Amino acid sequence: MLYFSKLRITLVSLVSIFFIFIAASNFQNSEDSFISKKINLGLDLQGGSYLLLEIDNGPVEIQKLQNTTTVIRNFLKDKKITFNDLRIENKKIIFNVSNDNAQLVETFFLDKESDINPYYNQYKSHQFDLEIQNNEFTLTLSKYGLIEIKTSSQDQALEIVRRRVDEVGTNEPNILKRGNNRILVELPGLDDPMRIKSLLGKTANLTFRFVTQNNNDTFGTEMLQFEDGTSEAMVSKRIILNGENLLDAQPQMNNQTNETVVSFTLDRVGAKRFGKATSTGVGKQLAIVLDGKIVSAPVIRDTIASGNGQISGNFTFQSATDLALLLRSGALPAPLNIIEERTVGPDLGQDSINAGVIALMIGFLLVIIFMFFKYKIFGLIANITLLINLFFLVGILTLFEATLTLPGIAGIILTVGMAVDANVLIFERIKEECKKEKNNIIAFDTGYVKSKTAIIDANITTLIAAIILFFMGSGPVKGFSVTLAVGIFTTLFSVYFIARMLTGLYVVRNKEKTNLI
Amino acid sequence: MINFNKFYKLFNLISLTLVVASVLLLFFKGLNFGVDFKGGTLIELRSNDKNINVTSLRQSFNKMDLGDFNVKKFGNENDFLIKIEKKDTSANAIEIIKKDLISSLGGSFNFRRVENVGPKVSSELLKSGIIAIALSLAAMLFYIWIRFEWQFSLGAILALFHDVIITLGLFSLFSLEINLSIVAAVLTIVGYSMNDTVVIYDRVRENLRKFSDIKIYELTNISINETLSRTIITSATTLLALVSIYLFGGEILKGFSLAMIMGVVFGTYSSIYIANPILVKLRVSQKTILKEDTE
Repeated sequence: MLYFSKLRITLVSLVSIFFIFIAASNFQNSEDSFISKKINLGLDLQGGSYLLLEIDNGPVEIQKLQNTTTVIRNFLKDKKITFNDLRIENKKIIFNVSNDNAQLVETFFLDKESDINPYYNQYKSHQFDLEIQNNEFTLTLSKYGLIEIKTSSQDQALEIVRRRVDEVGTNEPNILKRGNNRILVELPGLDDPMRIKSLLGKTANLTFRFVTQNNNDTFGTEMLQFEDGTSEAMVSKRIILNGENLLDAQPQMNNQTNETVVSFTLDRVGAKRFGKATSTGVGKQLAIVLDGKIVSAPVIRDTIASGNGQISGNFTFQSATDLALLLRSGALPAPLNIIEERTVGPDLGQDSINAGVIALMIGFLLVIIFMFFKYKIFGLIANITLLINLFFLVGILTLFEATLTLPGIAGIILTVGMAVDANVLIFERIKEECKKEKNNIIAFDTGYVKSKTAIIDANITTLIAAIILFFMGSGPVKGFSVTLAVGIFTTLFSVYFIARMLTGLYVVRNKEKTNLI
Repeated sequence: MINFNKFYKLFNLISLTLVVASVLLLFFKGLNFGVDFKGGTLIELRSNDKNINVTSLRQSFNKMDLGDFNVKKFGNENDFLIKIEKKDTSANAIEIIKKDLISSLGGSFNFRRVENVGPKVSSELLKSGIIAIALSLAAMLFYIWIRFEWQFSLGAILALFHDVIITLGLFSLFSLEINLSIVAAVLTIVGYSMNDTVVIYDRVRENLRKFSDIKIYELTNISINETLSRTIITSATTLLALVSIYLFGGEILKGFSLAMIMGVVFGTYSSIYIANPILVKLRVSQKTILKEDTE
């Protein structure tokens, strides 16, 4: 139909103007722009660090098994059931009971209200799978028991990572879960992630334990190295205090020794325990253990009841600041490994933007010149459409506050090249129809109708590729798939609403013209 | 009218040779995977000291005992790209490299880009890249199968394989680096090549309905000619955009745009010389189409 209602013309114009304003708002200060939305720049364009952390859940699993072993020991003792050989082997808890008790013990483990083997209603599974052979009980973490461990350590780790990153005070960090054992940290504007990496690389598990010479300590002992690696000491496994009892920690200068120390404040429980331990242990060495290494092991001279104390240990001001930060933000449930790191400096990001913009302008110019020489008036129409299409594309990316990456800019340029395709298909078809049909208006209409299937098929195939790329691709490549996909929709809209209207208006005015196109 | 069909046999032979050569290259020479897919460390640095060049950088990296590494210029005279293959990169490996470099060559470096990909991540990225390409081929096959008859579907897919394999073959031949953006390029090539094939197929189908007395051998030629100016114009504008990215879009997009340029050239060629001869070989006729219409 070649009749375009006034309403339609007005609507299409309004929509176009709307998007031009939105697209333009990216180039203005946020105060005076039309809307407050802007396209986000990806890390590759604004510079920044991308860190992918993997949680090493091995230690957590072992911890879980150890805790459960203690629970089982106490539980069975409580019920006056004799058992032998309770041990952990290959991530399995194994123990034996006598024939008479086997039945009873089994019911304890399979009870849905069980305390020793919790039942997860949402998974319809216990934490441990139970296997019994000749009265030997074998407990293995069930599939869902493992998932539970992973998700809970991921949740905890996410919180701690967030606190640590926030403490450093970087600009709008982005911290997200990935899978069930990974955490993604995006730090825009950060060009040297060294400090963050070293902060995230420590679990910061702090304990206060007595140094002992006595192998027969009831809680067991272990040999631990000093932080500086020079010597070792035997330390009791009994934990007097741990990091959870800390209320605050700050770096400080000790005026007497002129040393940098970390001073800490304990909570009520911690202060009470610390007071008790220091009063009974005068003369003993108290080891301050961080992540399995002794930071220092001062000799207790006096009871400390105030709940304040200091950790000394050859700190520089920076390392004391970092340790205080780690202690304030709490311990990670498990060690984190950095398995992927990408950092782009701000000047490279700016260079990429500049290069991208230049490539876009030149590409756009080349296509416009080509189209104008090829199709003259119709080329002009295609070019106007292309320009408005660009505004649509940028406008939609702005509205959704999409993230623009370097490949994303490439996607926009590619859209410029491919967007004319639909118009070319239509124009070529109209040209063909004009050869057979004297009436320009009919030729024009048939041209649009007959080219439709090819245009739709052709665009859907590109859309399929873009969608797959979106779901399978990562980071910058995702940005490319977004611009490519949005570009397809804006192209179809601009071709069928704007170009069609403009060509229609032109054809109606030149009904009688031969060699219309 | 150009008689494209005269050269069906000749170009099929050439295509077959190219595909076989590409497969052999991929098999024996393999692809030059970047850190995304192989793991390792990539450092882009800019030096402010004119005396620093590839040789002096190579010497100082040699001293660091990092295993296999590669130093090259990256666009600009003062920009260098260093790739280190070492797998067991500890968390602070980059900091150590920075320190060593500054101590051996003086402190006038700007680390513009640092990427460190662990072996686990790189193998996952490779896997998802391969899945993405396979999935897109399958999706295209399915789409064309729904829209056209199976003969068309087969032709289009063979054309796609042709384009993807030859593009990868050329990457292998020239040892160009395969990274994440190349996977994006290959997927876009798949979309573009399909797009181009579909336009011609659409015309073939239309002509099959119209003419019952023209043999498919002639009919494909007519259809190619009717859509030829569109094919040329769209390829030209797309290539103009791509060449502009290649020349002005910066070093990082060079590989991506190059892959796309190859893909567009082969995609255009294959939609004429692979997709159509297949229809001839499969003896597609008006019956093939009418069966679809009556169903």
